[in-house]
Amino acid sequence: MAIAEARDPSGQPTRRVAVMGEPDATGRFGRFGGRFVPETLVPACAELEAAFRQAWSDDAFRSEYRELLTGYAGRPSALTECHNLSQQLGLRLLLKREDLNHTGSHKINNVLGQTLLARRMGKTRIVAETGAGQHGVASATAAAYFGLECVVYMGEVDVTRQALNVYRMRLLGAEVRPALSGSRTLKDAVNEAMRDWVATVANTHYCLGSVMGPHPYPWMVREFHRVIGDEARDQCRALLGGDPDVVVACVGGGSNAIGIFSGFADTSAELVGVEPAGGAAVGKGIPGVVHGSLSYLMQDEYGQVLEAQSVSAGLDYPGIGPEHAHLADIGRARYEAVTDREVLDAFELLARTEGIIPALEPAHGLAWIVRAREELAGRTVLLNLSGRGDKDVAQVQAIQDGDPEALKTVSF
Amino acid sequence: MAGLEAHLRARRADGHKLLLPYLTAGYPVGEWPRLIEGFALAGADGMEIGLPFSDPVMDGPTIQEASTLALEAGANPQALLDEVAKMEAGIPLVAMTYYNICFRMGHERFASALVQAGVSGCILPDLPLEELGPWAEAADAAGIETVLLAAPTAPDERLVRIAERARGFIYGVGLVGITGERDELAASAVEMARRLKEITDKPVIIGVGVSTPEQAAEVCQVADGVVVGSAIVRRLLETGSVDAAITFVGELRAALDGC
Repeated sequence: MAIAEARDPSGQPTRRVAVMGEPDATGRFGRFGGRFVPETLVPACAELEAAFRQAWSDDAFRSEYRELLTGYAGRPSALTECHNLSQQLGLRLLLKREDLNHTGSHKINNVLGQTLLARRMGKTRIVAETGAGQHGVASATAAAYFGLECVVYMGEVDVTRQALNVYRMRLLGAEVRPALSGSRTLKDAVNEAMRDWVATVANTHYCLGSVMGPHPYPWMVREFHRVIGDEARDQCRALLGGDPDVVVACVGGGSNAIGIFSGFADTSAELVGVEPAGGAAVGKGIPGVVHGSLSYLMQDEYGQVLEAQSVSAGLDYPGIGPEHAHLADIGRARYEAVTDREVLDAFELLARTEGIIPALEPAHGLAWIVRAREELAGRTVLLNLSGRGDKDVAQVQAIQDGDPEALKTVSF
Repeated sequence: MAGLEAHLRARRADGHKLLLPYLTAGYPVGEWPRLIEGFALAGADGMEIGLPFSDPVMDGPTIQEASTLALEAGANPQALLDEVAKMEAGIPLVAMTYYNICFRMGHERFASALVQAGVSGCILPDLPLEELGPWAEAADAAGIETVLLAAPTAPDERLVRIAERARGFIYGVGLVGITGERDELAASAVEMARRLKEITDKPVIIGVGVSTPEQAAEVCQVADGVVVGSAIVRRLLETGSVDAAITFVGELRAALDGC
């Protein structure tokens, strides 16, 4: 288990605490996490926990998973040094290129792990939620590969703004069901996926796409993304002869961030999670329970969950994974928020300077780096480039053209 | 008034099948408090009062819609409970909501708010046995009876533990799924009732997917009673008035009295 210095808000080390190990028996990271699900799902969560625990200590499972990651998903993903942008910003910027994975984002790591597990558990059908469509596409891909039936729930608003990914999922043989309730975004897609699972739990695995939800999901999904951090640490040590000073990742539910953080939790690297200003669960949140776990949550004074607002569908989520809440609590990671305007600028900046079109989600991480460049001057900064921007190009173009519908997705 | 469990046991001892209709507090706007006395007069033995939550994962489209309409009209849990406090039902009231509503208010405060409103029981469908501790402590201290759900997916040993910890009654989930009307009673409803009756003498009430007077009577061949929700709320949504729902509760009563 990794040990790191906890820091108080002024940055002073307080006490040594274990971070990013296994949660306790109730699925808690510190005071966050747990398993707050309808009674119908309790046995399924327990079964999943046992199956994952067993699989993860089984060499045959591990090696099949590793082969899929290399032979199918294209790992290891590259580490790219941004010479042009580094010079412009006055720091040394490295990108962990999760955008180069099959299906275009980090999501495939988790999905391959979970579908392998679903098959091992004898499930014939998976359901998934998706925001930007990246997790939905990855789920549809893995389902096609393994011959599983796949239903993806996607908020109606996102179905419109991510039309290309909707088509991709259908092309891969998945059924895409628009979530018509509530804010009709990611939060509501999770509700619909959970309702589906409550009714179909006998033959269905819920392939949850982030480090959220009831135990064992936050732990299991982190373990399936740990490969990002493990690779990046080795790549950084080969390139730099040591660890980066700062590791940055965008955070919606927080899966790509937890993946890269897990490789650096026991180093001296500063960990920074970047949330959208309109969905800043840590910044604005107070503890609450939704979608199966206790974490920071955007909610009103009565406990009603608020609707997140972000240009990026993948970060349009009012909560955050419980382990992030814990990392914030003990001061091991800090969480910053950036505006949609800063994100769109960063999106263009990376395209122009490095020839890499990022997804809007990791553009949040870059937006913070640009803003904090004085603080980061002369330091080595590793950004997890969690996905590629092809899916966002049409939306950004429409925003730049002043299309009224597209402008509704942005707050300046 | 006697507590929830004592009341239900007494009615059962009279040879009575137990009827607990559900209403979503705050819908129809302005009218809904009349449902409380209306249901009681129509022959309910207790009732479930849903406090709307933004993300009700155990509920199907019908109850979701009523919750959304209530929230859009500005409903909040404390104001709804203040309305409940004004009503004289003469039968036990059971609050049903999701855990975050309780967690946000604070366990002790929420328990005390229920007591103040004259509510005697509480159902939190996303708070399973393993997470129950802090709430159960506050509820027990305040005299609020925490009803637990028992689902067809639970192994027998789990049902035993649920039955032991449940207060008021045991809410047997009639099918593997969320709330909503079904054309036919699921075979799992009677099976759930049978499994529970074998291990407990606490009142066994079946809900979820019990939609018609005939289905209610069918499941009560084994169960002590039923919760009926979506079928009532649909009538409210269709007519926008409380009368059709109250009439329907009367029909449910008649069907149970005939079994």
